[in-house]
Formats: sequence, C-alpha cells, structure tokens
Amino acid sequence: MLNVRNLSVGVDGKAILRNLNLDVRAGEVHAVMGPNGSGKSTLAQALAGHPAYTVTGGEVTYLGRDLLAMPPEERARAGLFLAFQYPIEIAGVSNAAFLKAAINEMRAARGQEELDAMEMLEVLEKKLALVDMDRSFLSRPVNEGFSGGEKKRNEILQMAVLEPKLAILDETDSGLDIDALKIVAQGVNSLRRPDNAIILVTHYQRILNYVEPDRVHVLFDGRIVKSAGKELALELERKGYDWIKEQPAPVQPAA
Amino acid sequence: MSTSQKTLEALANRDYKWGFVSDIEADTLPPGLNEDVIRAISAKKAEPEFMLQWRLKAYRHWSKLERAAGEPKWANVTYPPIDYQKIVYYSAPKRQGEGPASLDEVDPKLLETFEKLGVPLAERKLLAGVAVDAVFDSVSVATTFKDKLAELGIIFGSFSEAVQNHPELVQKYLGSVVPYTDNFYAALNSAVFTDGSFCYIPKGVRCPMELSTYFRINAAKSGQFERTLIVAEEGSYVSYLEGCTAPMRDENQLHAAVVELIAHERAQIKYSTVQNWYAGDAEGRGGIFNFVTKRGKCAGRAARISWTQVETGSAITWKYPSVILQGDDSVGEFYSVALTANRQQADTGTKMLHIGKNTRSTIISKGISAGRGNNTYRGLVRISPRAANARNYTQCDSLLLGDRCGAHTFPYIEVGNASSVAEHEASTSKISDEQLFYCKQRGLSTENAVSMIVNGFCKEVFKNLPMEFAVEATKLLGVSLEGSIG
Repeated sequence: MLNVRNLSVGVDGKAILRNLNLDVRAGEVHAVMGPNGSGKSTLAQALAGHPAYTVTGGEVTYLGRDLLAMPPEERARAGLFLAFQYPIEIAGVSNAAFLKAAINEMRAARGQEELDAMEMLEVLEKKLALVDMDRSFLSRPVNEGFSGGEKKRNEILQMAVLEPKLAILDETDSGLDIDALKIVAQGVNSLRRPDNAIILVTHYQRILNYVEPDRVHVLFDGRIVKSAGKELALELERKGYDWIKEQPAPVQPAA
Repeated sequence: MSTSQKTLEALANRDYKWGFVSDIEADTLPPGLNEDVIRAISAKKAEPEFMLQWRLKAYRHWSKLERAAGEPKWANVTYPPIDYQKIVYYSAPKRQGEGPASLDEVDPKLLETFEKLGVPLAERKLLAGVAVDAVFDSVSVATTFKDKLAELGIIFGSFSEAVQNHPELVQKYLGSVVPYTDNFYAALNSAVFTDGSFCYIPKGVRCPMELSTYFRINAAKSGQFERTLIVAEEGSYVSYLEGCTAPMRDENQLHAAVVELIAHERAQIKYSTVQNWYAGDAEGRGGIFNFVTKRGKCAGRAARISWTQVETGSAITWKYPSVILQGDDSVGEFYSVALTANRQQADTGTKMLHIGKNTRSTIISKGISAGRGNNTYRGLVRISPRAANARNYTQCDSLLLGDRCGAHTFPYIEVGNASSVAEHEASTSKISDEQLFYCKQRGLSTENAVSMIVNGFCKEVFKNLPMEFAVEATKLLGVSLEGSIG
C-alpha cells in the first residue's frame, strides 16, 4: 500500500529525515516510535504533504501512485488521513459543517453522490457513539474551546467518518488520560480491516497495550534504525531509547 | 510569497456577475448641478413647494461646504477628486404615457433586468414573503405586495409616491434624523435625491413580510441619490432589506444615499443591507463610490434598531449606520461584514449615541481584506452624562488574506458618566497555512477551505440576517472569493 524509498525531508533548510525506508501493506498496523526530535512528526506531515516540509530526495508510492506528486487534498481524497498532533481550530465553523464538507469531497472524489443533511446525520450519529461523544459535539466550532482530549477524540471521529485507506496518527495518544486513550484505541481498532492500514506515530508504548501492532519501527536521527515485531515496543519501554543509539543503521529495512 | 498566499491572491480576484448594461431608453438631465437642475428635478416629480424649498436650502448649504473645504477628507481612503459638474443627477427609464399603474405596464426590459438580478417582479414569480420596491437609476419602477400591506395600514412604496400621497408624513420626518446640514454627502443627497423607498408601519402592527428595496444603477455617468425613510409607530415591527448592483464601467460612479429610521416607543426596526455595487477591476479601474449616510433614532422608550450590513462591493465604501438612543431602555445594534479585495477601500463602522437611561448597544464588525484591499473600521460610542447605566459592547475582528492588504481600526469611546460600561475587543488574524493544510488534509480544495474559514469568521453577523438573505450572503462571499483559481 505504501512504499517509502530513501525519503529525505528538510524543514527551513535543515535536514530531518535521511534516506528513510518503510513499507506498509494493507491490513497492517505499524508503530513508529522514537525519542523526541527523531523525525516522527516530520514523517507524518511529509506523507500528508504539509507545505513546510520539503522533500529533498526519495520516492513514495501509495496505492501504486506517486504520492509526492499529489497535492495534499488529492492525497486525502485518495484515502490518506492524518490525525494531527495539534488539531487546528476553525472559528465559527461547526464540526457538522466541516465533516459534511469533508465527506462530500471524499464522495465526489469516489464518484458518489453527496449525502443530504438527514443521511449525514445518520452517519455521524453512529460514529459519535464510537468515540463516546454526544450530538452537541457536532454543533460546536471545529476544535475551538475543546480540551486536549476532546481534540484528539475529534480527530478519531473524523477518521471514523472518513474511513481512510491509510491512517497516520501523529502522537494521538500523548497527553491523554487512560479513559480517553481507550476511546482512541477503540476508534483505531474499529478501523482495522484487511483492506486498510494504520501508522501509529508514538512516543510511548502504552497505546500498544490496546492496539496491537504488526511491526514496530524505531526512528532515530531521521532514519529507521530498528524494525521488529510488537515485542520491540516492550523492550523500548523497559530499556528506553538510549541503547538504540548504539545500534548500527540497517542498510535495507525488512520489507 | 508562499504558495498559499499566492492562491489567496488569486482568490481575491473576483468575477462580477451583475455587470451587464440594460438597453433602456432614458429620460436624462444634462450633467451638472445648479439651482435650475434642482428645480427641474422637483418639477419632474411634481413636488409640493415644501420639498423644493428644502432641496434648495440643502443645495445652498452644500455649495457653501463645497466652496469652503470640499468633501470630507478624514476617511482612510484615497481617490481622485470628483467633478460634481460632470455627474448626471437625473436619469429615469422613459415612461409610456402616464407611468405604470400596474406591473403589466412596466417596460418588459426593466422586468427582465430585475429578473436577471434574481429579483423577479412579475406577480407569478414573486419571492414568497418578501415585498420588493425596485429602484432603477433615479426612480422606483415597481413595488410588489403593496395592496396586501395596505390592508394592514402599512405604507410601502417609492419615496416619490409618498411625497404625493402622504406629504404630511414626509414633511414631519424628512431630515429629522439626518438633517441636510449633517455632512457633505447628506447635503448633496438632500438637494438632488430622486427616489427611494418609504415605509410606514402603524401602531402595534407587526409587518408580516420582509420589505426590500433593490437598487440598480444602469445609466453611464449618472449618480444615484436615493433616500429611504422608515417610520415604525409605537409597538410595531419591521424587517427591511436592501440590495444593490451596477454595471461594470471604467469610470467611477457616485452613489450618495441617505437612510433615516425612526422607531417610536417599543418599536423595532431591523435593517439589513447586502451591498454588491460594482467594485472596479483588479487594477482599481471603475467601480462605485459608495458615500452613504444611514442613521436611526430610537425616539421612544424601549425602541430597538438593528443594522446588519454585508458590504462586498463598491470601489470605495464610506458609511456608518448609526443609532441615536434617545428613549430610555432603547437598544441599538450594528453587525457588519466588510470585504475589500483587489483595490477596494472601505472605511465603515457605526456611531452609537447614548442619550437615554439604561440604553444598550452592541457592535460586531468583521473586516476581511484580500488582494490590495484596505479595510478600516471607524466607530464612535458616545455615552452622554444623563445616559445613566448605559452599556456598550464592541467587537472588531479583522481577517487578512495575503500580505498586500490592510486592516485598520479606529474606535472612539466617550463615556460621560460613572454608571455606564463600554467594552471593546479587537483582533486581527490571518488564514494560517496550518488552517488551510488542516482543511486540505480532509479533502477540501483551497477555494472551499478559504470560503469555509471566511464564512466561519462572519458567522456572528450572518446569523442576524433574515434566513433567505443569510444564504445569499454566504453565497455572495463564496462567489466573491472564488473564480480565478487554477
């Protein structure tokens, strides 16, 4: 589904990712872990096409298409979803209006008809339950006045509603209490299907207690330095990140 | 310049759908202004003597102002000097015979023009729940639902008719809120105004439909000087809306209107404007100079006047819809969205003059600047010494699209007693790259993202518009910002 080859990305002229390689297949959940400043968020933002992140080298193929050639809205319409680490506020625009616009853009991209207000409400009601939100959530302006936990749940709601093919969650688990964490995990698990994939970018192992990853990657200094099964996360939890720094970088990642 | 800024610049270039010219034979006075022109206008309208005398006094006052200092210079706008002798002060569609007794007799080309503008006047197509007075250049050409309103004692129609049929009301209220000495353009308007709408709501009557005037400038080189007068008697209610468009022309045209509202005890007047005069092209050629004086008086206790304006057109907008809060417990409100794109300039705001006790006012102003547009909020809140316990809340927000536009705020607050409270909040923001990226990551195009963010910014104002027009205004902003991308 996603093949990242030798991806290099810089911000403001500073190199962050260096020749990063990653392969994600349909049906898989990948955890990308690493210490602060290792380039985790840069990877997430670059895959989504944030204009501040400049790709300086490498290739990314997504569902057989050249991802890097696609503008951000095209990537979104092709089913790539980014749950933001810091969700953005939009004053005066209700969650419902925002979701409606997003859903209809996605539907249009798939050649489907727009949903009317009633059909929309039906879809939204179902998904609200999933993230333990009530209807009043829909009439509030997007992320404005939301608590940290509410913002993260709102990201998961959007993800659940838009049903992406590839969801990238950028530290969605950080700053959440245990109840909110369970809700987020439940949202992620409900999306887990043989035909889509999830990349969990996270600093901590604890969300992996609720969402079991197929692969765990450790990002350090702009490269993936270690990839293994879920047991790697536990090892990181026990030993911290320091021992990783001593590891030699792999020439080619496990595909 | 970042990509998103470039996109915003492109979005600020706008298509104007209402820029066509109707080929209609007109009865036009030659350009120029003197006492003979004023006598000619008054004679054409067969006005009673008091009107002519009032016009002449206004003209003499205006001439004095013009000789002394000319037009006011304090506004934050720049434009070449206006030659008032080159303007045509009267242009009316030629009438067959005595003038239309019913809509069937109105020139079909006129009906067609208004239909094209989305304001159908033909009986079978009337907008449900909205009575319309259509003003074309200098005169009112048709008013719908007049008879139905008359059953309730409501007078709604052209100003000219009111002068003929209700001279006592006109004489009593004309100039009572905006005297001809008020300012340069008010004096000019008082001297040469040719038509406009008149509305009278009798005591205790709640007007069952929206009243609306649609202003259309068509003739070249002509100015439009209309006058609107609304009187709401004790305990009555009326909601009123005006819309305006003009053809695209390379030269500037002057629009200098006066609107006076009088709300008696417990009466309520809601006045909404969707102003979409031609704004000029991307280089700032052409467009309407919109120099307008609008003021309402809460004459009685607990009267209420609300101004809601959506200003998207005109090369230059200069207007300050104001409320004189004379009656105790009266309420004044001003909700405004002003959009300046390309080279448009707007200097707009309000005056809330608190005279009565326990008077309250609210000001919500949303300025949006794009392209090389320049947007100024100018507002005065004056609480007189006897206006005990008066309250004002003011909020001024500016949104900048791109990096070549300007936003300015000039709030004046004068509080004359210790029991009153005036609050002022202001903010300036940009559509951030982060907001745009967030929307795009959810699949929205740049156009839709900007439009959504701008509409969200204006929400507090739009919610005060009558339902049908809120939808129109939302669309208008969408249309104003879309177009030339890609």
